[in-house]
Amino acid sequence: MNHEEPLWEVFIRSRQGLDHKHVGSLHAADAPTAIENARDVYTRRMEGVSIWVVASRDIHASSPEDAASFYDPANDKIYRHPTFYDLPDEVKHM
Amino acid sequence: MNQDRFDYILHLADNALITGHRLSEWTGHGPSVEQDIAMSNIALDLVGQSRNLYQYAASMKEGATEDTLAYLRDAREFKNLLIAETGNGDWAKTITRLFFFSAYQSCLYEHMRSLRDEMLRAIAEKSLKEVTYHVRWSGDWVIRLGDGTPESRSRMEKAIDALWPLTGEMFEPAPYEKALIPSQLAVDVAALKQEWMHKITGVLDNAGCRLPAPGSWMQSGGKTGIHTEALGLLLAEMQFLQRAYPGCNW
Repeated sequence: MNHEEPLWEVFIRSRQGLDHKHVGSLHAADAPTAIENARDVYTRRMEGVSIWVVASRDIHASSPEDAASFYDPANDKIYRHPTFYDLPDEVKHM
Repeated sequence: MNQDRFDYILHLADNALITGHRLSEWTGHGPSVEQDIAMSNIALDLVGQSRNLYQYAASMKEGATEDTLAYLRDAREFKNLLIAETGNGDWAKTITRLFFFSAYQSCLYEHMRSLRDEMLRAIAEKSLKEVTYHVRWSGDWVIRLGDGTPESRSRMEKAIDALWPLTGEMFEPAPYEKALIPSQLAVDVAALKQEWMHKITGVLDNAGCRLPAPGSWMQSGGKTGIHTEALGLLLAEMQFLQRAYPGCNW
């Protein structure tokens, strides 16, 4: 059965005001079923107040082979961090 | 102790426990891990409901506990509906049973919230949330199977035909219910029939499934302890540990 059913990625919001977090994936025939399955598989210990599901085939991911060209160039660009400014004491919450 | 109230609460508890136990038999055997977990969750909900009810019943009877009521009564003393004890069959039969039964529980608990029994009101309130999900989940499956492939469709039809004769006694008040209805200590189940039919026909229409003709033969007896062979076998397994090792704990 599972081999015929598409895969879905599941995102759960654990409390109001927080972001939905990726918690895993599961098989289901359609979106409503995926939500019910997610409810049964991922929220049985009070983990969530909201569920998103996304068909895994709709997620486009960067490739691990690109890691060097994607991420390494940022290593020596420390000036991109906003840590070189002197903030007046009056400015709070920065 | 008021025997009618005690029997009524046992009837409610037995329905939940026996249905829950049946569903728990799917644990490790579901068609996929997702359905396996869903089924186990629902089984646990029902066993939880039965515990609340058994504890309440036990509080009325000297020396009784929830465990003695669940594990040390014999088939003749169980008052569950026949539809609860019938074997799981295939996935379609299990789903159809759960759907018919959950829709019934949903109507029942809805009305139980206005009984003159504070504990039953509270248990109904708590259980209704769980049951609402059971109706939704099983109803979605009824539609998926009925409106699915020719194979799933024919299995659904077989399941409906097999289970339909067991739905009649849901709406036949047992003597202990009749005694309690005037004082609003039990729900008048005869009055739930229309509501239940309304709940299930909406889903069955979507599934493209038809019910057997009205007036077909109905089997009853479960509510007064006249059971099918299936219950004895279920109890033999469910009660084994307490029978073989009385009082054992783990």
